[in-house]
Order: sequence, then structure tokens, then C-alpha cells
Amino acid sequence: MIEAKARGAGGRRMVTGDFAAAWGAKVSRPQVIAAYPITPQTMIIEHLSEFLASGELDAEMMRVESEHSALSAVIAAEATGVRTYTATSSQGLALMHEPLFIAPPMHLPIVMSIVNRTVAAPLGIWVEHNDTMPQRDTGWMQAYVEDAQEALDMVLQGYRIAEHPEIELPIMIGMDAFLVSHTIESVDLPDQEAADRFLPPFKPLHAYLDPDRPLVLGAASPPEYIQEIRWETDARMRRASEVLEDVDKEFGKAFGRSYGGAFETYRLEDADVGLVTLGTVTSTARDVVDRLRAAGEKVGLLKLRFFRPFPERALREATSHLKALGVYDRAVSYGVGGPTYIEVRNALYESADIPVVGFLAGLGGRDVKPEDVEVMFKKTGEAAGKGRGASGVHWIGTRGVSP
Amino acid sequence: MTTIKELPEEDLFTSGHTACPGCGGAMVVRVAMKVLGPDTVVYMPASCLLIFSDMYPLNAFKVPSLQVLFETSAICASGIKRALKRLGKDDVTVVAFAGDGGTADIGMQALSGAAERNEDILYICYDNEAYMNTGIQRSGTTPFGAWTTTTPLGPGEEGRGKNEFKKDVPRILMAHDVPYVATASLGFPADFLRKLEKAKSKKGFRYLHVLAPCPVGWRADSDKTVDLAKMAVETGLFTLLEFEDGVLRISREPRFTPVRDYLKIQGRFKHLTDGQVASIEAWIKTKWERDRAMAKALGPKPVAPAVPVAK
Repeated sequence: MIEAKARGAGGRRMVTGDFAAAWGAKVSRPQVIAAYPITPQTMIIEHLSEFLASGELDAEMMRVESEHSALSAVIAAEATGVRTYTATSSQGLALMHEPLFIAPPMHLPIVMSIVNRTVAAPLGIWVEHNDTMPQRDTGWMQAYVEDAQEALDMVLQGYRIAEHPEIELPIMIGMDAFLVSHTIESVDLPDQEAADRFLPPFKPLHAYLDPDRPLVLGAASPPEYIQEIRWETDARMRRASEVLEDVDKEFGKAFGRSYGGAFETYRLEDADVGLVTLGTVTSTARDVVDRLRAAGEKVGLLKLRFFRPFPERALREATSHLKALGVYDRAVSYGVGGPTYIEVRNALYESADIPVVGFLAGLGGRDVKPEDVEVMFKKTGEAAGKGRGASGVHWIGTRGVSP
Repeated sequence: MTTIKELPEEDLFTSGHTACPGCGGAMVVRVAMKVLGPDTVVYMPASCLLIFSDMYPLNAFKVPSLQVLFETSAICASGIKRALKRLGKDDVTVVAFAGDGGTADIGMQALSGAAERNEDILYICYDNEAYMNTGIQRSGTTPFGAWTTTTPLGPGEEGRGKNEFKKDVPRILMAHDVPYVATASLGFPADFLRKLEKAKSKKGFRYLHVLAPCPVGWRADSDKTVDLAKMAVETGLFTLLEFEDGVLRISREPRFTPVRDYLKIQGRFKHLTDGQVASIEAWIKTKWERDRAMAKALGPKPVAPAVPVAK
């Protein structure tokens, strides 16, 4: 039971990541929310239900029978012309896989918070990115956050990016299970007025169901038309790279904090060896960078915030001076490596002749310790100067397997 | 009550759609749209209906329509309605037209959820007793003994058509205690019209299960659609009923005409053995004992004297 003090006024308060995401959703004024409970997302919809019960939130809340229905409900509501929100995790997102494909071609800018969690088997409730990574080709934008504040801020930013008239794509915002969702942190909770100034009311541009203006949404199409729809969706995803940078800058002006757009770099500018991270491991890696820098090693960090759109060109530019680049993944594409590793290596193919070294660690929610990150820097450093041939994938912290 | 003669001339589900001759599903939708009127939003799952009415760039509906997925009729209709409510358009009727496969099988979870929440939608299942769009595969509502492409004929036990009896979807919906559940048949248009009007006028979750013969899948002549829909009722195979605000009424007492007459004009049943026909006859008998018992238990009650409500 969450007591009344967990609700109420904004300002700086100690809250969980789930609360922060729910707050971000609340002040975004969604008209229809549909959700189904799954650990560790449950607190998001519990808090939204409390906001509704206390009168702080005015929305249609659909407590539906499955995640498949949760996403289908917001798709239908968004197609009727209102702003929507939903949240899920792990198996829930896997169950949503089918409806995920519907929203992007239909120009439905849905915002969904995902608490990144292990996908069975074996069943596990702890952090892994194997739930969101397999959704990369559905046409949804994908952001990954580091802490509770970012989980909140990205909901607000998410609507601005998704609803941008040049984009109109849905976005999923990933936050690490428990490390963000259940960890209590100091978070600045924007009040409604500040949120309203940043995020205007939703106005659907063309795709909405209205008896005064009959149209078909989701018609069947023969091959004569579908390929152009694919091309158009691809073009919008590419345009999103610029829009998300602009939105982050405007967010910075409005709230006094911003995140650097598609990625943030830390001590990377003069580094020889870099490491790409997603999610909460970034915080650990920052400390490791400071420690190694103090010991005279020229290392730096690139915190990847957006996986879709993937910031291919910007990433090339930001890493062009490096001698080697490591990539950390909390998800595995069996037989190949981590999805981020694959993506980064692909992005650098056109420019740099440097090794890209992949690291798999923290799977199933295993703790990624500073010493694990040190191994990543060490392995990447060893490959420096050896060219593309020194690329490879290493399992870190795996019993019986030396990295 | 509107009679057939009084139905508006204008169609909101127009000619030019590409349904097969004698398509029961198309007739259900055409008549329903005349009653529901222009202030309606339609949801269709992947189905025959979607393909023959909304294959881009053709569109047979003069009202807005949405298609998302096969199993999402009830949830998407609910999502549309919730959004319309937020937009101050609560007077717009939201109707889902789904086939029996999309309703009784893959759509059952969302259907049950929407019914349990009493979502303010009208769900019309046009029951053609198999997955017709994909080529006549058996569904939960395919009747016992029927040939389909996944219950083909052969010399063995497995080769005598469908081995199970038809799933009773209206009874499942009644168990949700929703405001309105009714069955209808294209063979009894006055009854169908009355139920459509009733369903349109009520708030909350409303379910109409309409028997809609498919000449292609039933292997019957395309001019027999209405006759078959009539015979299914008169043989006792398909019960016309109405469950309104907790009160169940049988809409029509059938004449119990010989079921063989119904079976023999459909190619899907031509292989039936005498034993299988006897099983169908026994099933009709049992079904009517049950339907009558339910109607007695849930039928209109004599008005009880008012009892003061304890404060």
C-alpha cells in the first residue's frame, strides 16, 4: 500500500523509477491508458491508478486482460485521435510483439515505458535487455535510460519526439529492472504547468476515426502499395535522429537538464579506448573511467541512449579518433554477439579501421561490477592498433568461461 | 420498431464489395449498417469481411473503419469507444464485426475481457462455421461431422469430418452477465432487425451472434443462404434466444423439421453415416433440454412484492 505522501505535489522527492515513469505519464496528460500488470512494471500502473483515484489524473484507464490487449487498446484509442500511454516488461513485451508492428505504419505516436527484464527461459525477473532488443525491427523508436530522473524525462521527451509532425512514430523507453524501477532516488518531479509548457495538447494530424470524416485505417493492401509504406516509415525513423536532438535541447531549456540526444559521451574526446554502454551499467562505467584516468589510461565512455533510430553517423564522428572501441550488451543474439555490438560494428565499417570488441555481461540480472568493466577496457585496449581483425565477443563474469 | 420496408434505402455498406455470391457475412453487415446508421465506427479483424470490403484502394464502408489484428476485435472496439468518450463523442456507436474463428477461438480472451469490463460496444459475430477466408478450416463453431480442409474425409476414424460439436459462444457471453446477448439468423430478418435495434439502443457490452451461411464453405448453392439460415433454426440446430438484463427468452420455438433435410443440401455433410446423423439428432435433443432449462431458470419472473431496502 502506497501512502498518500507518495502522491501530491511535484518538486524534488525520493521516489522509485516506476513512480518517476508514472509521474512522467501523468503530467503528459494521456487520455487513454491501458495496461496489464507484470513484475517489475506493476508499480507504474499502481501509481497511475492512485493518481486516478485521487483525482490528480483525468483519463480513461483500461485494466485489460493481457499485454496483447493493452497495446491493441492504445493503438485503437490513438487511432481515434487521443494521446495514450502504456507500460510493460519482458514476457509482456514479447506478447505485444504482434501489435507492435501496427503502430508505426499507421502513424500512431504511442509512448510506452518498458522495465527491461529477463525473458524466459529460465524465468527471471531481473534486468536484461533481451526483451526490447528483439523488437528493434518493429518500427518503434527505442531509448534506454540510466536512472529514475531520465525514466521520467524521457516520457515527456518521448511524446514530443513521437508526436512531431515529421515523425509520428511510437517510442518505447527502456529502464533496467529493479536497478531503476525499484531503486529510490532523488528525482525532480515537474509540476503540471511546467509539463504543459513543454508538451502541448495532442492534435492528431490525419489518422483518426471520426464519423464526420469517414476513412479506413488498417486496410488490407496488395503489393502495389505496401513497399512505399515501408519506405515512408523508414524515412520517418531516419528523420527522428535530428528531431530527438532538438527535443532534448528544448527540454534542457525548459527544465535545466538534458542528455545529449542519441548518446552522451564522457571523457571520450581525448581518449584512445572507448566503451559503449546502455542503461544502468553506465553509472558504474563512469566511475571506472575516472579511476583508470587517474591511473593515466586514456579511456572514455559513450552512453548510448537511442537504439532506434540508431545514431550511425554521429557515432562514427564521435569515435573516429579512437584506437579501439568496446561495446557492452545486456542481451545476446546467439551465435553472433550483443545487438549493440553488431550495430556499432556495422556503423563503423564505413570509416574506421579499428577493432570493435563486444562484451556480454550482466545477463539474467547478474551484477556488473567495476572490475568487470575494467576487464572490458583492458580487453579493448589489448586490441588497439590491431585493426578490424581483432574484433571479437567476450563473455564477462561467466562461471567456467574466461573472457 | 423498424420493419424491413422501413429500412433506409441508402447503404452504409455499399455494393461493389467483392464478397462471393450468396455471402451470409456480407448480408449481416449490410443489414446491420442500415440499422446502426452513420454515427458508427466499425472495427474488423483480419477476415473475409476485411478482404472483400477494405482492400486498398477499395472501401465499401461509408463510416470510419479500423483493422488492427485478428484477435483484437473486442479490445480495439473498446479502445475506440474509450477515446470517443474522452472526445465528447459518447453517442457514436462502436461495432465490431468478426467471424466465428476471430470470435470463438483466437479472439475469445479479448472478448471475455471486454465483456467482463462491460465495455460500451456492440460485438456482432457472423458465424459461418469455419475459417472461410483462409480456405475452410475447422473452427470451434464448426458443427459436428462437417467436412473442412482440416477435417478431410478418409477411411479411418479421423476421416469423418469434425469430431467435436459446436462451441456455444452465446452461453459463454451470458456467463459474463452483460446487458445484452442475442442470437439471430438471416432466415428470420424481422427477429434480426428487432435485436439489432435493441442492441443499438442499450449501453454496455452487447453481443449478437448471427448465423451467416457460407455457400463456398458449406458446399451449397449460393441461392440457398437464407433457406439454410432458416432451416438451421427450424431443425433446432441453432437456437434463437435473447438474454437481456439477466432475463433469458427463447425467441422462436422451432418446428423441429428433419435435420437430414438440412444436411443433405450441403456438400460438407454428404459423407455422414446414419450413426453420425443420429448423433446430431441426439445433440439437438440434449441442447434443447438445456436451453429450455436455462430459459426456465433465467426467464421472466413474476413481480415480487417490494421489500424495503435495509439502510
